[in-house]
Amino acid sequence: MSDVTKLSASEIAALIADGSVSAVEVADRYLDKIAAEDGDVHAFLHIDADGARAAAAAVDAARAAGEELGPLAGVPVAVKDVMATKGVPTTAASKILEGWLPPYDATVVERLKAAGTVILGKTNMDEFAMGSSTEYSAYGPTRNPWDLDRIPGGSSGGSAAAVAAGLAPLSIGTDTGGSIRQPGAVTGTVGSKPTYGGTSRYGLIAFSSSLDTPGPFARNVLDAALLHEVIAGHDRRDSTSIPQPVPPVVEAAREGARGDLSGMRIGVVREFGTTEGAEPGVIAAYQSGVDALVKLGAEVVEVSCPHFSYALPAYYLISPSECSSNLARFDGVRYGLRVGDDGQRSLEEVMALTREAGFGAEVKRRIILGTYALSSGYVDEYYGQAQKVRTLINRDFTAAFEQVDALVSPTTPFVAFPFGSRTGDPVQMYLADLYTIPSNLYGGPAISVPCGLSEGLPVGMQVMAPTMRDDVMYKVAAAFETTQAALVAPAR
Amino acid sequence: MSTSTLPSYDDVVSRYEPVIGLETHVELGTRTKMFCGCRTEFGADPNTQVCPVCLGLPGSLPVANAAAIEATIRIGLALNCDIAEWCRFARKNYFYPDMPKNFQTSQYDEPLCGEGYLDIEVPGADGPIPFRIPIERVHLEEDTGKSLHVGGSTGRIHGATESLVDYNRAGIPLVEIVTKPVAGTGALAPEVARAYVAELRDVIRSLGVSDVRMEQGSLRCDVNLSLNKPGAEWGTRSETKNVNSLRSVERAVRSEMLRQASILDDGGRIVQETRHFHEDSGDTTSGRSKETATDYRYFPEPDLTPIAPDPAWVAELKAAMPELPRVHRKRLQADWKLSDHDMASVINAGAIPLIERTIAAGASSESARKWWLGELSRRANETGTELAELPITPAQVAELQSLVDGGKVTDKIARTVIEGVLAGEGGPAEVVAARGLEVVSDTGALTAAIDDAIAANPAVAEKIRGGNHAAAGVLIGAVMKATRGQADAKAVRELVIARLS
Repeated sequence: MSDVTKLSASEIAALIADGSVSAVEVADRYLDKIAAEDGDVHAFLHIDADGARAAAAAVDAARAAGEELGPLAGVPVAVKDVMATKGVPTTAASKILEGWLPPYDATVVERLKAAGTVILGKTNMDEFAMGSSTEYSAYGPTRNPWDLDRIPGGSSGGSAAAVAAGLAPLSIGTDTGGSIRQPGAVTGTVGSKPTYGGTSRYGLIAFSSSLDTPGPFARNVLDAALLHEVIAGHDRRDSTSIPQPVPPVVEAAREGARGDLSGMRIGVVREFGTTEGAEPGVIAAYQSGVDALVKLGAEVVEVSCPHFSYALPAYYLISPSECSSNLARFDGVRYGLRVGDDGQRSLEEVMALTREAGFGAEVKRRIILGTYALSSGYVDEYYGQAQKVRTLINRDFTAAFEQVDALVSPTTPFVAFPFGSRTGDPVQMYLADLYTIPSNLYGGPAISVPCGLSEGLPVGMQVMAPTMRDDVMYKVAAAFETTQAALVAPAR
Repeated sequence: MSTSTLPSYDDVVSRYEPVIGLETHVELGTRTKMFCGCRTEFGADPNTQVCPVCLGLPGSLPVANAAAIEATIRIGLALNCDIAEWCRFARKNYFYPDMPKNFQTSQYDEPLCGEGYLDIEVPGADGPIPFRIPIERVHLEEDTGKSLHVGGSTGRIHGATESLVDYNRAGIPLVEIVTKPVAGTGALAPEVARAYVAELRDVIRSLGVSDVRMEQGSLRCDVNLSLNKPGAEWGTRSETKNVNSLRSVERAVRSEMLRQASILDDGGRIVQETRHFHEDSGDTTSGRSKETATDYRYFPEPDLTPIAPDPAWVAELKAAMPELPRVHRKRLQADWKLSDHDMASVINAGAIPLIERTIAAGASSESARKWWLGELSRRANETGTELAELPITPAQVAELQSLVDGGKVTDKIARTVIEGVLAGEGGPAEVVAARGLEVVSDTGALTAAIDDAIAANPAVAEKIRGGNHAAAGVLIGAVMKATRGQADAKAVRELVIARLS
């Protein structure tokens, strides 16, 4: 039997379907590998070995009974710890939720279970998904399998590292400003942010409600599309979920894999060309990537998106504003941590002590920023102005997509950086999401695909498409993938 | 402050002009909560009607209840409001343990219903005095849970050793109806405030969207009040919270007028603050000061999509509105041919629906009104119950009247029948049969009783024979006594006189 930890999700599913390997054997192999190697990587916060084996056994039983299996039945998946999992610890990598056992499953988790995937456990992340390195996890950082002294990106760094290290063939992340694509880029994995509202937020512990989007990580574009199809689709429990059929993403990925983009127009954003602080190696790898698109038959043109330069400041007003309200519920009254309840202190004191002890510095920074941006007398100047910028960015995208089918850019300006190199200056950290934030503000789909190496570390190419044209994005990404040698993190 | 320092009410209204404002919260009677599928029954065991959404668990999301939106629009239409073509929910951020998310999903600068008005009347010496109460807005929000503070002397959080929270109420749809400031009511301010809340209650009840029971908190009222000297600018207002009966609304306005006048008379300054009304004393006491006002940091609720009611649908709702109480009352007053005064009595007794149903069961309007406002009101007063809560149905009242009309019982005996019905002895016919109350109309039995009476009172009989018919009373009394009151006194009188002529 080949080593299932080196196979793609679709290959694993095929082996299970034809009986070459049982789902339980696959799950055990991954659980063993996690036990052996996650001590170094620290991709996981919680391993659910019993749950995984039970889910795998159910798939094997269904197969034995002659039931038809879904395309990912029996395939292991790791889930970011920001998604509620019934009866399984869910902390969002925060001390304030230590010990919380959700009484319900997130819609994405429900759909993973219904599809017969095998949930291995919960992955590490920046606390409440705020960060680009997992250094803000309250439970210690995840290390990049390419270089254990470097960050795996964030906030979904655990999900990215798990796939890159072969600890899971698939994983779920969430993307608010780049939290799937940026870790995807720096770990050499495929990370996809679906259209906002294309995947349900029900059960996703909210950071910024108008931006948060669950999406897949995988080793290749087709696997990402297969996982996308499993978790996407309208959900009545999420009012912002789009009541339309899922775009034909798997079909588009298969079509793209034929390596022909003739007839497609692809735009490069002029304003991204002058980014300060972008590493030359990253830009060089990206330029080769653009050349490869031309060789695939695409017409590559430059488009202007003049308001993209305001995206980062607008994002750092809107997302903290929403987070300041979303995180108000963590007060020690109903669940999670409670500090200082000695029968003497007042309710307000206990709430304040709980929040003081339970939240990390970056979370506090954003709560304070957002509270300020929404406060009386400033709300129009900050939150209000940022919403106007968001409208202008939407117009930039709309105008661009009148000229081109998709946009491309580097995913992030720099490769994985060493631990501690950007934590001292929040703005340096925030720059990691410079290229990814615009499509969050717009709501359209965007994906990061491996695009060569710079100084031995992975670079990502971002493909952005119009809202609910996730299929276009997958087609371009899959075609581009045919021009790239597979990136595999050095074995340990 | 001792009451001895308070000026008299007449004195106050001669020197100050009150401005009132009312904020009313109505819990809608929807089957499920505002943003989740939890049930809304009143009085369930604590924390049994809850789910991840109304508990605000991490990751949960709201979905707006369409029935609540429709009910709010109907309230807006009944109050002559403009209905928004597009509006949003907003988050009102503040920390309180009975609010699971530490923000309330409400509406801010985009309410579902904009300006409108409600016409009311208060009784005056020369007939009802009309007032038009301007409505500022009607919006939709979610209710909070209920806190119970244990161990303190006041029942408030301060000094309590333990606080318990019941989240059954959290997330029940709540409609807030806010008036504009109402000036020019003078000495009638307390009555205007009461009449407004009463009318609002009746309007909402007629729409069938809430049971509007103040005693259960499904209608709650905050009373704003300020005083100013005639011609001067409006004064600083106080906001008295949780005034939970019609009578209390009236008392709270009056009490605040006296308190504020006393402060102003002493050259003092009214502090803008929240005050608590005490049912027992009728006073208000200071709550939290609004001078250090909470900044609620309102912003549009990103978890919910905007509401955009289709104007054609709103027009359909408007066309299907029931007759509103005021119009209904005017029509009934005309149908029943009542004076303003008599109609006011009917309204005050809360007897309109009872009389209507009695008429529907076959009684005349006159007789229906006579029973409900007469004998039955007296019984209700005696037992301290509401008229509608007496254990007698409008159909039974109509049945009783038909027994009277058919000569089966006399008017006087009918009161005994009511006593039997109220005592649970069955319907009027059953009581009459069981107690043997039917009118004695058998001529043979009556003639025998009359003969006995004449024999027992020869002197009286002689007077009647002499033409003194007024003397017949004694014989009639004797016959009535012999028949245990079940004879028709008028018939007995005729028979006695005929026999002695």
